[in-house]
Amino acid sequence: MIKKLASCIREYRWFAAVTPLLMLGEVYFEIMIPYYMADLIDLGIEAGNMAEIESIGLRLAVMAVCSMACGSLAAVTAARASAGFASNLRSDMFSRIQRFSFANIDHISGSGLVTRLTTDVTNVQMAFGMLLRMAFRAPATMIFAGMMVYRINRQLAGVILAALPVLAVGMVLIITGAFKWFRRMFDLYDKLNSVVQENIRGIKVVKAFVRERDEIGKFTGVANDVYNTNMKAETIMAFMSPLMNTVLYGCMLVISWLGAKLIVSGALTTGLLMSFINYVMQVLMSLMMLSGIIVMITMSGAAAKRIAEVFDEVPEIVDCEDPVFEIADGSVRFEDVSFGYGSGADCLSDINLDIPAGSTVGIIGGTGSGKTSLVQLIPRLYDARSGRVLVGGTDVRELDLTALRKSAAMVLQKNVLFSGTVEDNLRWGREDATEEEMWEALDAAQAGFVRGFEGGLDYWIEQGGGNVSGGQRQRLCIARALIAQPKILILDDSTSAVDTHTESLIREKLSSLSGMTKIIIAQRISSVQDADMIVVLDDGKINGVGTHEELLAGNEIYREVYESQNKGGDFDEPH
Amino acid sequence: MSLTKERIGAAPQAGMSRAEQNVEKRRLRGKAKAPEMRGRGRGAAGGRVRLNADTIPILKRLFAYLGSGYMGMFVLAVVLMAVDALLTVRITLFIRELIDEYIKPILLMDQPYFGDLLKALIRTGIMAFFVAVTVFTNALLMRKISQGVIRKIRLEMFSKLQKLPVSYFDTHPYGDIMSRFTNDVDSMRQVLSQSIPQVLSSVVTIISVFVAMISLSLPLTGIVMVFVVLTYFLAIAIGGKSAAFFKQRQSALGEMNAFIEETMNGQKAVKVFCHEDEAEAEFGILNRTLREKTTSANIYGSIIGPVMANLGNVQYVVVAVFGGWLAISGRAGLSLGDIAAFLTLSRSFNRPVSQISQQINSVVMALAGAGRVFALMDEKPEIDEGQTVLVPVEEKDGALSECTSRTGSWAWKKADGELIPLRGDVRFEDVDFSYVPDKQILYDIKLYAKPGQKIAFVGSTGAGKTTITNLLNRFYELQDGRILYDGLDIKDIKKDDLRRSLGMVLQDVNLFTGTIADNIRYGRPDATDEEVVAAAKLANAHSFIEKLPEGYDTVISGTGSQLSQGQCQLLSIARCAVADPPVMILDEATSSVDTRTESLIQSAMDGIMGGRTTLVIAHRLSTVMNANAIMVLENGHIIERGDHDDLLEQKGRYYQLYTGNAASE
Repeated sequence: MIKKLASCIREYRWFAAVTPLLMLGEVYFEIMIPYYMADLIDLGIEAGNMAEIESIGLRLAVMAVCSMACGSLAAVTAARASAGFASNLRSDMFSRIQRFSFANIDHISGSGLVTRLTTDVTNVQMAFGMLLRMAFRAPATMIFAGMMVYRINRQLAGVILAALPVLAVGMVLIITGAFKWFRRMFDLYDKLNSVVQENIRGIKVVKAFVRERDEIGKFTGVANDVYNTNMKAETIMAFMSPLMNTVLYGCMLVISWLGAKLIVSGALTTGLLMSFINYVMQVLMSLMMLSGIIVMITMSGAAAKRIAEVFDEVPEIVDCEDPVFEIADGSVRFEDVSFGYGSGADCLSDINLDIPAGSTVGIIGGTGSGKTSLVQLIPRLYDARSGRVLVGGTDVRELDLTALRKSAAMVLQKNVLFSGTVEDNLRWGREDATEEEMWEALDAAQAGFVRGFEGGLDYWIEQGGGNVSGGQRQRLCIARALIAQPKILILDDSTSAVDTHTESLIREKLSSLSGMTKIIIAQRISSVQDADMIVVLDDGKINGVGTHEELLAGNEIYREVYESQNKGGDFDEPH
Repeated sequence: MSLTKERIGAAPQAGMSRAEQNVEKRRLRGKAKAPEMRGRGRGAAGGRVRLNADTIPILKRLFAYLGSGYMGMFVLAVVLMAVDALLTVRITLFIRELIDEYIKPILLMDQPYFGDLLKALIRTGIMAFFVAVTVFTNALLMRKISQGVIRKIRLEMFSKLQKLPVSYFDTHPYGDIMSRFTNDVDSMRQVLSQSIPQVLSSVVTIISVFVAMISLSLPLTGIVMVFVVLTYFLAIAIGGKSAAFFKQRQSALGEMNAFIEETMNGQKAVKVFCHEDEAEAEFGILNRTLREKTTSANIYGSIIGPVMANLGNVQYVVVAVFGGWLAISGRAGLSLGDIAAFLTLSRSFNRPVSQISQQINSVVMALAGAGRVFALMDEKPEIDEGQTVLVPVEEKDGALSECTSRTGSWAWKKADGELIPLRGDVRFEDVDFSYVPDKQILYDIKLYAKPGQKIAFVGSTGAGKTTITNLLNRFYELQDGRILYDGLDIKDIKKDDLRRSLGMVLQDVNLFTGTIADNIRYGRPDATDEEVVAAAKLANAHSFIEKLPEGYDTVISGTGSQLSQGQCQLLSIARCAVADPPVMILDEATSSVDTRTESLIQSAMDGIMGGRTTLVIAHRLSTVMNANAIMVLENGHIIERGDHDDLLEQKGRYYQLYTGNAASE
């Protein structure tokens, strides 16, 4: 995991390498400055020596400038390195995800990917920046300052050795004690957010059932939990500064007492005593800082692990070595195909089907009968477990993926439009489509309503297509697929929100595109009854194949569905 | 893949690439749409971060929260902070004193006597102990104050949210409201628990150190002040730059997050259209921008530390040199010991100054968040001036009398005590309506439903079907005309009671995290287990619930992701059934479910409609077939009305919809 993440540092490795060095420089000056400050007082001011004041002062000023330079440069390099690292990490993840097949996407869900690409990367980035700037700095300060302390007086140094474990143990106790509550708090915040979220989303339900007071009660309960947990965590954390203060001042007083004796005995000067106290503070402070780093890195560990999962996911469907780019025609053949998701049971078995180029095929079946699974094998969104799927007479696994998917356009059941203009969305189908072709496709998909939109083709579609109705969205998605001029068009229940009349117009248009194979999954018999061939699926098996009349006469399932629907049409979103 | 790559490579390089154009378009779009929402959560409204007239009232209001119940604690905390700061200064000075007043005299003694030193150390030890105690007490107090105030603000916000009209939710994007609850409240918490205490303690430190410095030497204090001014302005300048870059970073992050969210959720569509390379190209641009902004923001964010610290060091040198010169040349009556003491003091002066200047930036940013929170609290709540309430009644000898417990029959009780039996008679009289001025949605709607009748609405999207139903339960206020319910103007009925008498099944099913039983009971909290099961049976939901691992106790999430769409719909019907209202508003779902589930939903709907007045937005033929009246809506007008046979005979719009043929063409 660390190896993969570290590889994302790449071109920023020099920045990453230089940062700790600059930090060491800053630490060096930070340690030396108090030393010379003591000299300035001892040798200069106390002695009343102006020349000494000036020369030490100059040295100090130069050191301050150098320290500032080191610190500022380190800020620059650390920022470049950490932001660059995060950017590479995101970019690697994104590319990886783009190579994912449907099975991979099923495995790591969409929202999980969003968190990984956003929050998780930000957390790792922060930890990395912290690591660069502080991971060397804090121990280095401790070591440098420790050395100085030792140099000034060995006996006094013993005081720190006694104090450090006290502080360390105290901090560990406090942090581990509070950590438990902090972790609970994250869960509670999630809960709080989900109460608000559900409330806002369902505000009409809340109001319709007059449940405002109960909602407030629910919210109050969680808000109280958050309050109590926060209080507990912060009560524990409240021990932190008194602990620090006690240890610090305790050290100071003990050192003063012992120091005074040493000064009297002539083993120490007053200036050195002051520096000594200063260094002690630095040692203790850096220990604090170190504990902060450890907490932060522990917290980001979970994020790093989630990111690594993306890299561990192996894309299942890749182009074969020497792919065929030419798709001969729109014919589709299933030969003894079986299929299942992940390690689950087969949801398709013994599928044998021959669809001639240019024909219209309807697919009918209940929920879970395998309709969608079946058609997804055609553009090789999934690979069959056994048997072969052939498009244009060639096994799909031997075809170039891009070429295959461009020739077998599929309108998914879960239609998605992307934020952008209508034109942008249509161009997804074919980059270089002309305006004329776009209107042609729109008209064929009965999406002429775009003319009525403000700006026509330039009308802005919001994220997820929220500002067009369900029926309009479906028709735009069909137009987007049509514009690709595919050899095979697959409609997976793509007209469910379109009214009967408009749907029949779309069907009429489609049937005039004689060169194109049309495969239509539908809930309504009326959507497929004119097809050249209708496939009835049941429990992953082909239950019957034939024309409307044939099936009506010979297929029980088909007849049942037909009869239940034949009571009439419906009024879904008439145009 | 190679095909696509070639094409991208061959794309005209003149000007921007397609990906760049797309990014640019989306950015402009976002800006034009909601300028006030950019970079929401963080960052002040304007480009520059500073205190101005707008932020003062917000600050005042925030302090008013401290006043309510926490004033004593807050005053105590401030006092403790002052004590703490003074003691800290005192201890800082002690080291100097230690050397000058105790160690040096001992050095001059023939027989070193350490007694005075020991006493001084013990005194300081006691002071140190007090510091530890005050710091601890303070931390406890501040935690109680900040958490308490935040809880209070959260509760007030949420309660307020419940009182807002539906139109508020129409006009405020969901993410925007959420961000007020999360980011904005969080930044307020930070201000209360960190910024305000730190600024206060810094101020106390500054004042006490300042007084001590002045008492030692005026000219040297002058020099320090020059540095203070320099420190302050430098900190503000760097801080301002950093804040500006942080804002840019936030908006770059927002743009990228939106893109990621959209792409990840539509990842399957990306694959189907082989759009991977284009997506990567756009992502690359957004990612680069984010990297640049993050780098700048972080540079300015972390450069401030070393710059401030070393400015302090330079100040130390300047004071030492100038002070040394003053003392040696015998001017200003300064002793060398004074200068040493002054130097020690001046070192503890820089930190609070740069702290204050850094905190000011975060305070101003948080106040912007507080402003948004208060804006939500100041929204106008739903109007409810109705006096008539719904009461359970009993009928004895033809006369109604009010009861205390549920009887199954209800009556409207007017302000004057008059009881009118609840029957479910609904009349619209010349109703006009518009969501926003100048964009009228409904014109002159007249209709009636007698108790037990079923009225169906058909028509295209945007014709106004849903709007009509939303007016009856007063989600929105009428523009003109009136709606009568059992002869009472709905404006005169208390909103809660009006809504309690209406059942609603919405097209978008919204469930809540909890058990199945909880979700059904949402319709009526006091329903018994038997009533819940009975409602589920009526709604055809019982059989699938029984098959769930925990039955009625199965916990589902708010999105109902464990259930199918059809099952969610059945649950929402059960939820309505348990409420047992005399009038129902149904919006038939358009989502595609398989034939079997559809017939289940169908019969569930029929089941709960029986005997009730029903307004139904119809998508299915069987629904309209047995309606008492069908209203065909178009562009906000009722253009045809009558029952199924009448309307077919008219050969108008209804006929056209029904047959799927354009008869009039």
